[in-house]
Amino acid sequence: MSILKVENIHKKFGRTEVLKGVGFEMEKGEVLSILGSSGSGKTTLLRCINFLEKADIGRISVDDNVIFDASDKSKITSAQIRKVQLNFGMVFQSFNLFPQYNVIENVTLAPKLLAKEKDSYSANKKDIINQIEAEATEILAKVGLSDKLANYPCQLSGGQQQRVSIARALALKPKILFFDEPTSALDPELTGEILKVIKNLATQNITMVIVTHEIGFARNVSDRIIFMDNGIIAETGTPEEVIDNPKNERTKAFFNLISQKE
Amino acid sequence: MFIQVSLSLLEGFKVTLEIFLLTLLFALPLGLIMSFGSMCRVKVVKWIVRTFIWIIRGTPLMLQLIVIYYGPGLVGTWAQGLINDGTVNPIIQWFATWHVFDRFFALIVAFVINYSCYFSEIYRGGIESIPVGQYEAGQVLGMTRVQIFFKVVLMQVVKRIIPPMSNEIITLVKDTSLARVIMVYEIIWEAQKFIKSEGLLWPLFYSAVYYLLFCGILTLLFGYIEKKLDYYKI
Repeated sequence: MSILKVENIHKKFGRTEVLKGVGFEMEKGEVLSILGSSGSGKTTLLRCINFLEKADIGRISVDDNVIFDASDKSKITSAQIRKVQLNFGMVFQSFNLFPQYNVIENVTLAPKLLAKEKDSYSANKKDIINQIEAEATEILAKVGLSDKLANYPCQLSGGQQQRVSIARALALKPKILFFDEPTSALDPELTGEILKVIKNLATQNITMVIVTHEIGFARNVSDRIIFMDNGIIAETGTPEEVIDNPKNERTKAFFNLISQKE
Repeated sequence: MFIQVSLSLLEGFKVTLEIFLLTLLFALPLGLIMSFGSMCRVKVVKWIVRTFIWIIRGTPLMLQLIVIYYGPGLVGTWAQGLINDGTVNPIIQWFATWHVFDRFFALIVAFVINYSCYFSEIYRGGIESIPVGQYEAGQVLGMTRVQIFFKVVLMQVVKRIIPPMSNEIITLVKDTSLARVIMVYEIIWEAQKFIKSEGLLWPLFYSAVYYLLFCGILTLLFGYIEKKLDYYKI
């Protein structure tokens, strides 16, 4: 049984077709990296899966339940989208922390709002809130931010902010965690700390999809690589297959160029 | 004499304050609602609201006061005339029941409408300046649109709009002096009384001190709020 199945996703912005039929499947616990040059559609693919964009054509299933089908004309309500979205966690390139909340509040905000919707909330309010805060503290400790709980985002480095945003996504216990170029907005000396956190998550059997430009890191952490080019998947396979022995011409050219630079 | 003038001006300043506070009380929330209208995805709503804002911001508040105060009475008289000429039309009959508002009520209506339009543009600027990433972050965390607005966006908007808001609110303090156009007796009117009754001009100049002091207090207050919100940066 696949935890995520994406079929034949097409997406146009105006006249530009960014995705031209992309599909893949992944198993629980798998770490999948999506590589490719800028403009190849990696980020758009992630955004389509996360309902930040609506795919024009295609189908997405989680645990073999179809959660999105572009050919289904009956309109999905925003409430339904919300429910489905909770299957996924997303870490953005630009962190998108909430500036007016401190670190722990950033992490607990969404869980607290969700807990309020449960019937049992008013009876055990205190316990539930305590539990959410305890869990958040634990997650923040895992990403190495135990001493920053009361700090505001503007007081943190980019790397620390990105770790908070990873903790914020983890706090909702998503089935799959998506990373959209998590280190691209960071200074080179700060990318290491983020990659370490992600690697640590990979060892805990967390299912992840990572869009990245860090080839070395992708090779190291991924079970499988997807190489995208011009809106389609040009090649897919294990890191050894795709990065070290690419078969596709475009893939070859891409990794040749990268290795020359390095 | 000085004390007599001071007390008399203070009486007038109470009315000034009343106009000021009532206008804020209604125009601040109404402006927010109007800003939603001016950003509405339904194009008709958007253009109706934007046209309304254009008219209100494009004409003097003084004229708006006169129109709102005298307008209903004029319509009523006109409709009554038609009925006297034998017109039988339920709408005309309804118009005929229109009469002049209470002065103070008309004044507050005009001020609230006028200031809501200015406030709504400030709100709109604030809301549109919040990066789309904040909405997306809320969305992927399973928050509803309402939750995103009130829990995430609003506080950032508040911080952004405090400088333009304080500007507009300080302008409001002095705009209250237009009330005397429809003979609502505020501080300037009280001061002018002394020209007629005692031949004194200085009470008019002296009234400026009241405005200055009050605007000074407001400036300090806004400075304090800005400082209070300094703990986070957008």
